[in-house]
Amino acid sequence: MHFFKLITRNTLRHKLRTALTVLGLVIAFLSFGLLQTIVDAWYHGAEAAAPNRLITRNAVSLTIPLPKHYREKVRAVQGVKTVAAANWFAGVYKDPKNFFPQFAVEAVPYFSMYPEYRLAEDEFRDFLRDRKGAVVGRKLAQTFGFKVGDVVPLKGTIFPGNWDFVVRAIYDAGEEKTDTSLLFFHWDYLNETMKQRFPLRANQTGIFIVEVNDVDRAAAISEDIDKQFKNSTAETLTETEQAFQIGFVKQTEAIVIAIRLVSFVVIFIILAVMANTMAMTARERLGEYATLKALGFGPGYVAALIFGESLAIAAVGCVIGIALTFPIGEWFAGEMGTLFPVFEVSTETVALQAACALAVGLIAAALPARRAAGVRIVEGLRSIG
Amino acid sequence: MSSDTSRSAPRPPIIEIRNLSKSYRRGAQIVPVLSDITLDILSGDFVALMGPSGSGKSTLLNLIAGIDKPDGGSLRVAGADIAAMSEADLADWRAEHVGFIFQFYNLMPVLTAFENVELPLMLTRLTARERKDHVETALEMVGLADRMDHYPSELSGGQQQRVAIARAVITDPTILVADEPTGDLDRVSAEDILNLMDRLNSELGKTIVMVTHDPNAARYARSLRHLEKGVLTEG
Amino acid sequence: MSIPLRYTLRNLWTRKLTTVLTAGGMALVVFVFAAVQMLDTGLRATLVATGQPDNVLVTRRGSNAEISSGVDRVQAAIIESQPEIAVSTDGTRLVSKEAVILITLPKRESGQATNVTTRGIGDDAYSLRPQVRLVQGRAFEAGATEAVVGKSLAARFEGATVGSVLRFGGREWRVVGIFDSGGAAFDSEVWVDADQLMQAFRRQAYSSVIARLTDAAQFDALKARIEADPRVTLDVKRERVFYEEQSQALSKFISYLGLTLSIIFSIGAMIGATITMHASVSNRIGEIGTLRALGFRRSAVLLAFLFESILLGAIGGAVGVALASVMQLVQISTLNWQSFAELAFTFTLTPRIIVVSFVFAVVMGVIGGFLPAVRAARLKIVDALRAA
Repeated sequence: MHFFKLITRNTLRHKLRTALTVLGLVIAFLSFGLLQTIVDAWYHGAEAAAPNRLITRNAVSLTIPLPKHYREKVRAVQGVKTVAAANWFAGVYKDPKNFFPQFAVEAVPYFSMYPEYRLAEDEFRDFLRDRKGAVVGRKLAQTFGFKVGDVVPLKGTIFPGNWDFVVRAIYDAGEEKTDTSLLFFHWDYLNETMKQRFPLRANQTGIFIVEVNDVDRAAAISEDIDKQFKNSTAETLTETEQAFQIGFVKQTEAIVIAIRLVSFVVIFIILAVMANTMAMTARERLGEYATLKALGFGPGYVAALIFGESLAIAAVGCVIGIALTFPIGEWFAGEMGTLFPVFEVSTETVALQAACALAVGLIAAALPARRAAGVRIVEGLRSIG
Repeated sequence: MSSDTSRSAPRPPIIEIRNLSKSYRRGAQIVPVLSDITLDILSGDFVALMGPSGSGKSTLLNLIAGIDKPDGGSLRVAGADIAAMSEADLADWRAEHVGFIFQFYNLMPVLTAFENVELPLMLTRLTARERKDHVETALEMVGLADRMDHYPSELSGGQQQRVAIARAVITDPTILVADEPTGDLDRVSAEDILNLMDRLNSELGKTIVMVTHDPNAARYARSLRHLEKGVLTEG
Repeated sequence: MSIPLRYTLRNLWTRKLTTVLTAGGMALVVFVFAAVQMLDTGLRATLVATGQPDNVLVTRRGSNAEISSGVDRVQAAIIESQPEIAVSTDGTRLVSKEAVILITLPKRESGQATNVTTRGIGDDAYSLRPQVRLVQGRAFEAGATEAVVGKSLAARFEGATVGSVLRFGGREWRVVGIFDSGGAAFDSEVWVDADQLMQAFRRQAYSSVIARLTDAAQFDALKARIEADPRVTLDVKRERVFYEEQSQALSKFISYLGLTLSIIFSIGAMIGATITMHASVSNRIGEIGTLRALGFRRSAVLLAFLFESILLGAIGGAVGVALASVMQLVQISTLNWQSFAELAFTFTLTPRIIVVSFVFAVVMGVIGGFLPAVRAARLKIVDALRAA
């Protein structure tokens, strides 16, 4: 087929220019893919949420505790299967840079509600038996080299003082999106220690995690729980785990929006580069297009040649860019340590990259194609030599 | 048409070429272009270098003009041993001693006629005012004073070549080299150009070395030299 | 001797589309580069403006935010009694013992529940913060369940205007005034009476103590004494330093991400410049040969083409900075990770950012155009003339 041969040969005529354009495209699509994946990673918490789990917190804000004794009332609400108290611990492991999430949880009910944290039975039993025991995720263990039996010293910020925990179990991800960069220890150990150090702050929990029997009734059950504590000193707000996680993201939404915007700016940059390349190429070949028209090929053919070349270059750049997004994304997530526990390139991102390549290929060629298609044969031929 | 051979006063040679040779490498092969050329060109002469395509005439012109270097032999122009000069020194030398006239005029399309003619003067220490005077004089001499602000695209082929000639003489160079100066012009314009070059030679005493394959153009010259396969033949 | 400037300028003008596209690509990169720096500057300016040079802020040792800090009454009194603390006109120490909690309020446009810093203040709170002025309504009365709110808060959140009622801690707090702290973090806060707040939440301890030093130079003496005192476990910091640390995590994130992106994007823009300049050289091979024949040196040719590329960068830089300066009209609000609450700040343009961004653009032009310029300079005269 003449048409495709022409396109291929034309692309290879200016090897340096084509190579540079492709390189620019690769960088652009790679950046775009990475940025979109960063945004996805931001939302991962919401994605990992289960529909049958609710979070009950103090209605005023997450930072105000709830009395531990609310537990019984919550458990008594119809539709509630399990309740576990949990506290965000925010300890520092050697250096604030080594941040990872730590939770004090009521172990038995908690882990029954999170089947995606896969634990070996014997390790879990050891954990239950050791009041200072800790469960750590596989990714966390790999990052800091924790092994079963190691002591993890933490400096408390919300709960002051030095805390030592012993790794008794390592959990693995049960699903793709499961976060394995967390550390869990016993809520009772936290409470006992607080009773000694700061008695006034004891018997308080950050949140309750609630498992419900009927997913469809989640909203109604949430309301029932909150009704229990209306007009008390600590009113509650119960919402689905997903709503809870999204709430966090929404508060840093400005940053997320900015990153998304910037990822599209890179597409515009590459559009400018690509349009420039096609404009220069088409201008230089004006004589050839005039010759083709003189030979009887219509303006549509000439335009198609230019579109074809532009799309071919865009396609090559996009494919390489997409292919590189995966390994470079992995490397990036690794470098970031525990900041992005789940970093996966979604099919949506790949589709978006392809769509952008198509758009860039078409738009970049539009004006040059129109000019070339409209060139008057006589003028065009004059421009040769 | 001048074939005035009645000049009596002996003129010194301004270009002295001894055993000049030049070859080009094509892949693994070495192709000789000029072999053992020995030639004197006298001051004030108007020489036409003729020969078939591939005879080496343009190469010889390039060597004389100092835009290429010979492989062997010696070449003295206006007393300077240009075969031994460094590239930087050659550039300075050319600016002072050589005026170029090309087949396709080689004007800068983005500069006006005035600015094109002014270009060689940017390599001197003249002030803007001084440059302006020189340029206007040169353009008047070639009859284009009224078109100084025109761009090359707004001038005919003959007019462009005249601008190029003004540019070539503006620094009062020792020699003028012309490579097929009328190659792209019609009969009438070609005659105008050749007449102009004749005046430069007879009235201003400029030494001109012209490469041409056109016998009509050659008639304007005083001396003729033939090159065939890189060797001078008398003709 | 150099090739005239107008040769370079006119060549850029003749190929307008190419010039616009290439400079445009660079302008976008400069825009991102400048905007990120403006964002970071705005963030840090907000937090630094929050601190007075001669104030100190005292929190519990080891806690890195007011909301996770507790200073009991005894320790607060010890701070108050230190000799370095200034005395106010009525004879008492110039201190404000404050309790900080977070409440959630819905944002005006999205209705999104967002953490908001609520500060229970002492009598001297306004004296310690001279940048705060009441712009609407009045200050709340001591002992009343009333509140004043920062101007950013009033603008961005539902139910935070004068006359509205906020419900938290089992009480209703009537908003009686709006204050302006000149772009400091306080603009995103709710202020109430400290005792009222602590009673509502059954708290015994304050979160922090703000105090004025008799002399800013007295800080070291105060810090040394407090750290040596066995009765207290407190961190004493200059107020400015405390707030600077509050911005560190977010600031680092913004600047690292921004710098990485700018560098990656700049590679794309430089590639664009290289493609353009290569074509520029290719199209003018004959002219280059002619210029060299006329006597212009290789260096003159190199400089002419390099200058063309630099000019593209400069145009891109000017346009990029101009676009970025428009961002000054935008106000950003996000959760500050350290304080875990809403913080509003703006894009701040400084002369330094303008200069650095412009230099960045010019450097892009130099790098992008370097190889093509070298290629132009290295051409052999006869080859160039032949190719014309």
